[in-house]
Amino acid sequence: MKDYDSKGIPHTTPRQSATYTLDANSDIRRAAATGIYDIRGGGAKRKVPSFDDLLFLGASISRYALEGYREKCDTNVVLGTRFAKNPIEIDIPITIAGMSFGALSGAAKEALGRGANAAGTSTTTGDGGMTPEERGHSSKLVYQVLPSRYGMNPDDLRKADAIEIVVGQGAKPGGGGMLLGQKISDRVAQMRNLPKGIDQRSSCRHPDWTGPDDLEIKVLEIRELTDWKVPIYIKIAGTRPYFDTKLAVKAGADVIVLDGMQGGTAATQDVFIEHVGLPTLSCIRPAVRALQEMDMHRKVQLIVSGGIRSGADVAKAMALGADAVAIGTAALIALGDNDPKWEAEYNKLGTTAGAYDDWHEGLDPAGITTQDPELMSRFDPVEGGRRLRNYLKVLTLEAQTLARACGKNHLHNLEPEDMVALTMEAAAMAQVPLAGTDWYPGKDKF
Amino acid sequence: MNTVDLETQSLRSLNQSLHDLIGTTEKTKWTVLNPKGAHAIAAGIDSPMDITIDGSAGYFCASMNKQADVHIKGSAGPGLGENMISGTITVDGDASQNAGATAHGGLLNIKGNASARTGISMKGVDIVVHGSIGHMAAFMGQSGNLVVLGDAGEALGDSCYEARFFVRGEVKSLGADCEKKEMRPEHIEFLKDILERTGADAKPEEFTRYGSARKLYNFDVDNASAY
Repeated sequence: MKDYDSKGIPHTTPRQSATYTLDANSDIRRAAATGIYDIRGGGAKRKVPSFDDLLFLGASISRYALEGYREKCDTNVVLGTRFAKNPIEIDIPITIAGMSFGALSGAAKEALGRGANAAGTSTTTGDGGMTPEERGHSSKLVYQVLPSRYGMNPDDLRKADAIEIVVGQGAKPGGGGMLLGQKISDRVAQMRNLPKGIDQRSSCRHPDWTGPDDLEIKVLEIRELTDWKVPIYIKIAGTRPYFDTKLAVKAGADVIVLDGMQGGTAATQDVFIEHVGLPTLSCIRPAVRALQEMDMHRKVQLIVSGGIRSGADVAKAMALGADAVAIGTAALIALGDNDPKWEAEYNKLGTTAGAYDDWHEGLDPAGITTQDPELMSRFDPVEGGRRLRNYLKVLTLEAQTLARACGKNHLHNLEPEDMVALTMEAAAMAQVPLAGTDWYPGKDKF
Repeated sequence: MNTVDLETQSLRSLNQSLHDLIGTTEKTKWTVLNPKGAHAIAAGIDSPMDITIDGSAGYFCASMNKQADVHIKGSAGPGLGENMISGTITVDGDASQNAGATAHGGLLNIKGNASARTGISMKGVDIVVHGSIGHMAAFMGQSGNLVVLGDAGEALGDSCYEARFFVRGEVKSLGADCEKKEMRPEHIEFLKDILERTGADAKPEEFTRYGSARKLYNFDVDNASAY
């Protein structure tokens, strides 16, 4: 472009709108062309205050560090000590979040079980019920009770090591799921008792209880069904964490699973994922405060999920008061999802490695979020399990490294006082001081 | 005959005794006295038995039942027979909300009326209601049969899949994608059998069949106003 027009007047620099961004414009064009909102998988992609905005302080004159590779830093956690006859003990405080057979292939579910087993932790079913592959390869399996109740039956309920009543999911608090027709194979259709090839809606609310008082009775029912043997988790989305935590405790939960907006989903509307719910960072302290006020912190265990990627994230969530964390999206990446080795195929789908999120379409080049036999054959569950096991080990080692630096001989001994925040937003959400100050935004007056 | 009096014995001990029979094949008989609206009575049975509940039950009575024939000599609270797999549940009185929710099989025989969301997300169960049912019955019903001798409330069969509904009386309104269907000989045969089995005083020819129009099975923006 010339710098001047024909009359010699300088051109202004072309300026993109901060409101009508290239992304926003492409969304508008897509909507205009199709008439259908965008559906995708994964969690919030927008930038929100996160664990990256926190730092550990490490040791100092007043804090005595522990020697790496020599002095012990324990990582085990017992879940379900409140009422269950048989609580679950896991070796590492990182569990595998619920992901359905249907959304994932049978081999991918098997790999999750293999990896979790090898690392000494639990995995979780999802919408669509429990598969033999999953039960067979998971020594500790949490069985989800979801609103759709696809595949729900008392035999599987009794085979489970814990039950998780799913009230909400961080990616879509108040929203149900969708499994589009192209992923409804014969087996998925049979397990869900629905015709092949139709879009399957997973309900947004439970069919047999409404509100906190009913939930308490639902928990009683499941206790009776399972003879009070196994822990009952209640999974809530990060929306009103203080109140929902209190209500879940009142309902009789052994464990609360709290899922922030970066937590993934198999598929829902993009507008839902990006505009409903709270960042994970902002959910933890209100939930912990609720537990502390009820004298239930460490008695009812808190599992935090939604955007956990590294041992630093694990350690920070635990320092804020979580007993454990859960990973979903990161586990899929460890298995091979969004791997650059499939870049040419991602390009054919109009995307790129790292950005691929159309899991609902069943065309996953990595063979993980699909029911297509040819694509599924690309994924080796043994190798996938090994990769997940490695990743879980690294997360644990990283978290231990940080804990030792803070002088802690168990990850549970990490505390908010070990951290500062880099931004005012993160300081306010995590209730830790802004770095270099003694200021707690949102708590102290300016 | 085993008798458990919930006035003096706990719900836990009752259910544990019933669960201790899982895996056995010999048919047993049980009576539960003084249920007084307790929740989760006889939840999770999985053995052949006749069990009589001598009064009214609370939430989730006989939920997830397999094999047992349960007789409630009173009314039942919400979630009666929730996720039932097989067997029969007979209620002499009325049933509250969500009766037969997500139930996969067996027969739920309600001699009185049933409240809202009867058969919600039903997945194969047969439900017979001798009286009338409330609104949103069989919401997202997947399969099975709901037979109503009286009237149905608003939005019958909303967003249903392959479940079938037979109503003798008036239907206040049909839900999204639910429509009136032709009664074919196999439907008459089905009704004849189930009405006989449940002791219902009605003739198959008096019923109208409803079911999914199957227009919303795959998302289409031109149907957006229906959602």
